[in-house]
Formats: sequence, C-alpha cells, structure tokens
Amino acid sequence: MKKIKYSMLAFLGLVMVFTSCNDSGKKSSGALASNNAEKVYVAPGEQDEFYAFMSGGYSGNLTVYGLPSGRMFKEIPVFSQFPTSGYGYSEETKPMLNTSFGFVPWDDSHHPDISQTNGELDGRWIFINGNNTPRIARISLTTFETEEIIEVPNSAGNHSSSFITENTEYVVAGTRFSVPVPQRDMPINEYKGNFKGALSFISVDPEDGRMDLKFQIMMPGFNYDLSHPGRGKSHGWFFFTTYNTEEANSLLEVNASQNDKDFIAAINWKKIEEYVNNGGGTIMPANYAHNVYRDENHTATSTMKKEVLTVDPTKVPGAVYFLPTPKSPHGCDVDPTGNYIIGNGKLSADLTVHSFDKMLAAIEGKKFDGEAYGIPILKFEDVLAGTVKSGGLGPLHTEFDGEGNAYTTFFISSEVVMWKLGTWEVIDRKPTYYSVGHLMIPGGNSRKPFGKYVVAMNKITKDRYLPTGPELEHSAQLYDISGDKMELIYDFPTHGEPHYAAGIPAELIAPKSQKIYKLAENEHPYAVTTPDGAKVVREGKEVHVYMSMIRSHFTPDNIEGIKVGDKVYFHITNHEQDFDVPHGFAMIGANNSELLIMPGQTKSLVWEPKQEGVWPFYCTDFCSALHQEMQGYVRVSPANSNIDLSWSLGE
Amino acid sequence: MKKASVLMIIGPLLLLGLYFFPLWNIMLGAPQYPDPLGMNIHITGIKGVSEFDLQNIDGLNHYIGMKVIPKPEDMWEFTVFPYVIGGMVLLGVIIGLLGYMNKVSYKWFLGWFVLMSILGVLGMYDFNAWLLDYGSNLDPHAIIKVVNPDGTPMTYKPPLLGYQKMLNFDVTSLPHVGAYMMFVGMMLTVVAFFVGKKEAGKIKNT
Repeated sequence: MKKIKYSMLAFLGLVMVFTSCNDSGKKSSGALASNNAEKVYVAPGEQDEFYAFMSGGYSGNLTVYGLPSGRMFKEIPVFSQFPTSGYGYSEETKPMLNTSFGFVPWDDSHHPDISQTNGELDGRWIFINGNNTPRIARISLTTFETEEIIEVPNSAGNHSSSFITENTEYVVAGTRFSVPVPQRDMPINEYKGNFKGALSFISVDPEDGRMDLKFQIMMPGFNYDLSHPGRGKSHGWFFFTTYNTEEANSLLEVNASQNDKDFIAAINWKKIEEYVNNGGGTIMPANYAHNVYRDENHTATSTMKKEVLTVDPTKVPGAVYFLPTPKSPHGCDVDPTGNYIIGNGKLSADLTVHSFDKMLAAIEGKKFDGEAYGIPILKFEDVLAGTVKSGGLGPLHTEFDGEGNAYTTFFISSEVVMWKLGTWEVIDRKPTYYSVGHLMIPGGNSRKPFGKYVVAMNKITKDRYLPTGPELEHSAQLYDISGDKMELIYDFPTHGEPHYAAGIPAELIAPKSQKIYKLAENEHPYAVTTPDGAKVVREGKEVHVYMSMIRSHFTPDNIEGIKVGDKVYFHITNHEQDFDVPHGFAMIGANNSELLIMPGQTKSLVWEPKQEGVWPFYCTDFCSALHQEMQGYVRVSPANSNIDLSWSLGE
Repeated sequence: MKKASVLMIIGPLLLLGLYFFPLWNIMLGAPQYPDPLGMNIHITGIKGVSEFDLQNIDGLNHYIGMKVIPKPEDMWEFTVFPYVIGGMVLLGVIIGLLGYMNKVSYKWFLGWFVLMSILGVLGMYDFNAWLLDYGSNLDPHAIIKVVNPDGTPMTYKPPLLGYQKMLNFDVTSLPHVGAYMMFVGMMLTVVAFFVGKKEAGKIKNT
C-alpha cells in the first residue's frame, strides 16, 4: 500500500515536472507568437501589402483578401447568382450565366490567374475557370467585376484551366473528363479509344481583354488534370498533367491508378497557332455561349457561337509530346526560369522534375519510347532533371519564391516542403492544419515571384476555429518565407473551398481601383440621368419604372396604376457620384433578389405583383442619416381596374 | 525711374494668374471623408477640387438647408470680377509704361496700389457677405436643424480665413495660387513706389 502511495507521489511529481516544462515551453512560444503577431498585424487604417484572390470552389465565386492580415475585402460574383448585389438576378446580369444548357446559376470555380506581360504580373485582369459547366471568366481588376464569360465546348470538368501564357496571349482550358466529341448517345464502356480530351486555347485581346476560342487540340481520352505555361526559354509551350491514361470509365480510384507512369503532355502551342493561322485544323459545329458585360451600359449580352476550330495533334508534327511522369501526377508547375517542369505525383512520395532543355534534346535526338495514339512518348530518363526525395506523401502543387526554392504541398502527410531547384534537396518542412491542397506565393506562377509569404489552402479545418456545427469554412495558413526556413505565422478562414489563389502586390492594382461610374457616361437605355427624367411607362402588361435614387429618396416614391398580373421592371439609376455610396433596392415579395447599385450605375429588377394592396420598397444599404426614410409605395389595383398610371415625389 | 517702372509693369501682370489659378480654396474633411471635399474659388466661378466635389458638397448641404453652390451665372461677381482685374492690370501696365517714359511720377504707383487694395477689401467684404448668406440663409424646411447652446439656430458660414469645426466637418479656408500671385504683384507695386522714390531722390541730388 505504502509502495503504491509512493509511486503515486512519484507520478504526481512527474506530472508536475511535465507541466512546468509545458509552461516554460508555452512562454517561449508566447514570445515567438508576439513576434509573429507583429508580422501579420496591419494596424487600423493601414493597408495590406498584397491582394490575394482566392477561388471560391463550390461557391462559384472569387474572394479578395489582404495579406498578411487575412482580412476578406470582397466576394466577386462570377459563376454563381449573388443576391447581395443582384448579380445573376438583375436583367442586366442574367445573360452572364447563360450557357448552351440554358441558365446555369452556379459553378465550381477553381484556378484564378492574373494577366501577365513579359511573364510578370500586370494586374489588368484575373481569369478563373468554372469546372462543372465548362466556362472561363475574365474579371476586371479596376472594377473588380466579372466582365466576360465564355463557355468551353467539347469539354467536361474544366479543370486544367484557366492558366495564361506569359503575355496573356491565351487563357488555356483543358478538360478533366474526356467525353465523346461531338457528344452522342453511346455505351459508356466504349470510352477507350473513342472519347476525346479537348485542350482549348482562348485568345485574349491585348486591348480590351475580350476572349475568343481560337482552337481546340483534340487529345486522347485521358484526364487532363492541371497545366501551366512555359515561360522564358519555354515560352510557346504549355504543359498538362494527365491521369487515367488507362482510359478507365468506372471505379477510377482503382482502375486509373494501375499505370506506374502517366504523362505530362508538352504542347508547342506556337507551332499549332502557326498551323491554324495557315489554314490548318477542322471547323466543327458547336454551340457555346459567349457573355460580355460592358461598363458603359452596365449590361451583359449573351451570344451563342456555332462553330469551333479543332486540331488533330498528329497532323502537326513536332507539336505534342508525352513526358512519362510517375503516379497520377496532379499539379503541373513550371519554375520562374522556365526550365523545370514539376510533376506532383499525387500517389507517390517523390516529385518528378523534368528539364525543358533535356526535353528539347530528346526531341532532337528522337529518343522516343513508343507512342500513344500517334503522339511520341519521350524516354523518361532522357527528360528527367531530378527527383525530390521528399519524405512526404501525396504531393499536389508547387510554387516558387524566385530565389531558387520551390515549395510543395503534401496532402496526405499534411505539410509544406521547401526544396532547392537543381540540387533537389529538402531544406525545410512545416506541418499544415490540415491536409493542404493548393499553395500560393504572390507571383509564384510567373517569371517574377514576390517570395515573402506562402499561403497554404487547407482542405480540412476541424478544430482550428470555434466550431460552427458540421459545416466549417476552409482554413488558410500563412507562412513567412523571408528567412532561410518557413515559419507558420497565421491562420485565417476562407470562404467556399479555395482551389488555388493568385496574389499580387497591392501597389500594382490599388491605385487604379475604380471609385464610381460616371453618370454622364451611363449608356443604359433605361437610365435616368436627371431626376426629372423619372417616369413610368406601360407597354401592355409590362410596366417600366424609370427611377433615380440619391440620398435619401427614390424618384418617384409613389406609384399608382399598377395592376395584378403586370410585369413591373424597376430600372434604377444611382445618382450619387461619391465614392462608396451605393444604394440598395428591395421590393416586398420580389421572387428574385435585391439590387445593390453603385454610384452612376443602372440596374433593373422584375417584380410581378400578385396581390392588390399598397406595397413598400426601400433602400437596403444604410446610405445616410436619413436611410430609414428612403422608401416608397406602389399601389397595386385589381387586374380590371382603370386607374391611370401616376407617379410622384414629395406631393 | 526705369527699374521702378519695370517692377510696376511686372506687378500688375502677376494679377493675370487669377485667370488661371484659384483665388481661394475651402476644404471640408470629415471622418467619412478621409480625402476631403474641396472647392476652389476662381474669379470666374466656383469649381470642385475633384470632379464631383461640388455635387457632393451640395448633396451634404441639403440636409442642413443650405442653398446649392452658385453657378457663375447666379452671381454678378463672376461676370464683373474678370473685367475689374483686367482693367486693373491694364491700368497698372499703362502707369508702368508711362513711368518708364517719365510721363508720370512714381506716386501713381502707390495710387494704383491703394486703388487695388480698396477693390481687394471690397472684394473680400463681398465674399464674406456671400459666405454669411450661404451659411446662414437656410431653408426653413431643412432636414436637420441644429441649435446652438443658447437656443439660436446654428449657422454654417465657412471661415473667411483659417480653420473652423462645423458639425462633423473640419473646414479650412485659405488663399490659393491666384491670390498669392496677386499679393506678390501688389507688393511689387509698393516696392516700385519706393524704388521710384529713391531713384527720383538720386536724380534730384545729382
């Protein structure tokens, strides 16, 4: 008994020792934490050093954050209806979500990429892909609004997208799921040899950014997972990882994991561009939407395109090669010099790095290891630059700091590994919380990275924040990489599921961020540019209300003569010309959304009154001291009433 | 008297700056306006410092019942002032030229300065009277009516010169480039007077 007592005391003593050890440990991490707090602390009134544009994943949108603070500034509606602003609900923006499948109000947005000039970020536009119903969007970095969406035909699971070439010549969209081209009714198990994988090259007008699907390369029916452009010496090439080179059509988790090596497809797009410019390629019928929003009339139009130029890669000798790459590679990343192409073999522990120089030499020396569907396969050993023996598991994506280091995420071992280009030695590794997917260094996918921070975008959040029931926001983590080693300095939640992000120094875009739209330049056909232009016009059962708004009233704010069964269009122009004075518009019982209207802008909302009565509308954005007074009434009379239309303000 | 006359010609010419630069500037900053709103008062009219400042000042002022900022055609001053300034420049240059040709004495230089000063004071008086009317002749149906501690209605006359806190706004009123050029020009005519006097003394002594 005594013995037990003693041993218990000894145990307590041990516990105490451990506890005090822990205490001292905490203290030192506390000192470290305060040092880290300074690194991420952006004092009230101060601004962040970088913008980070994070894809929304299943939110379909793009969110804007500041680094290092992790503060979220804006959610930019792209592929999803957004009742906050009326995007996709207003008459002006409904055409943005038009597709060959009709109106598609949602998508899964994945890989934002900022426009470049000479391989460096130029901050004009940001592109992002819709994965589910294949689309590419272009967003202005002066208005931070979606300006254009183009649908990608012959594609499905638009995943190896939307990466741009180093002068923004093209935004590239590759299909993850191969499909019959053209689509037709056929047995699924006849996939092998019959399905195609379309890689689309969408040209970008250097002046206004307008997109045009220039050509599609009809590749074998593999899954094209991710891609990145060549840069510098490899400018003119594009690299795509593939998996499911087995061409399985069921239980892919097993059946597509049988080949020891899949491929990185190297595409000499300059050669194919030259080929199509000289009349090469086959025009095939297609049906895809091209939606363009103009600031001048605050309105989008949707046009259906009816044909697409396709290219059979075997018809253009020397344009396409396969680089064998182990273990179903996921991310396909090109270092700032353009020489190293990294295949992140997601089922392996190692990273495969190919050399562009060696690839050219192998092509020159015709060192082929057979072919697949007529496309030459280069010998693995002849293109391999090196292997990073990481010690981690499940590499997904790699970014670069511009100082010869690369940073790779490991999903399974949940860590970021820092390694050296050329020597392939691992320099540092830091855990992520938990299961990191993408990572981002501002400019990390360009010739000139700004290697100060790495942002890791984690797939699993668990206990990092206060719990919010079963559904949690995803979690990003910020690492300081300005020293020799990485240092985890901050966690912040992110909206939706960011698959990749693009960062840029604030000074490249903040100064040209637009403040207002000029009312004098408003070309909207239903705009009222002076309050005395306000009116209500009946055209049969349609009623058009030409309304203006300014602090703190609508003109008109009393409308009579509307009848049950009418279709009422409120066309509302915000007459403010002052920065950050939007007004909202909400109508009781509207079956769509509110409108949030920026200074100088016109937006239109449809309201179909179903009940007689006097129904109020009001401003939803606390605009002024008299915001609560910013309201009005619509009198709705029976369908057969003969009350004339009338409208007024202040009578 | 050549040196003095040259100064007498240059001085009034500097008043031409009033056609190109604002005479006065009033800036209005507030917590919600980290970039302050501002108006530049030219002899030909009032302009916003930034494109939409006047519209935005009017928009704010309507709450407290102030009239909108006058357009050039709403105030006779903006029609007359350019002629008055033009006339004074012409008169000054003529006096200078006549002085150069020894047709008039240096005392005319001071005469011009005194006349200009009187006109200037009248102009300031007029400007102040407008500010007073603008800031205190308020719409009786104003949305926001603020009273002073003594119960009298608060008025919003911007300061003629210097700083004043008005409700949530910090108002600063200062001369602008046109005014500084005018002051320097006028001072040059005073210098011209003294130089002329000195030169005249020398001639007498020799």
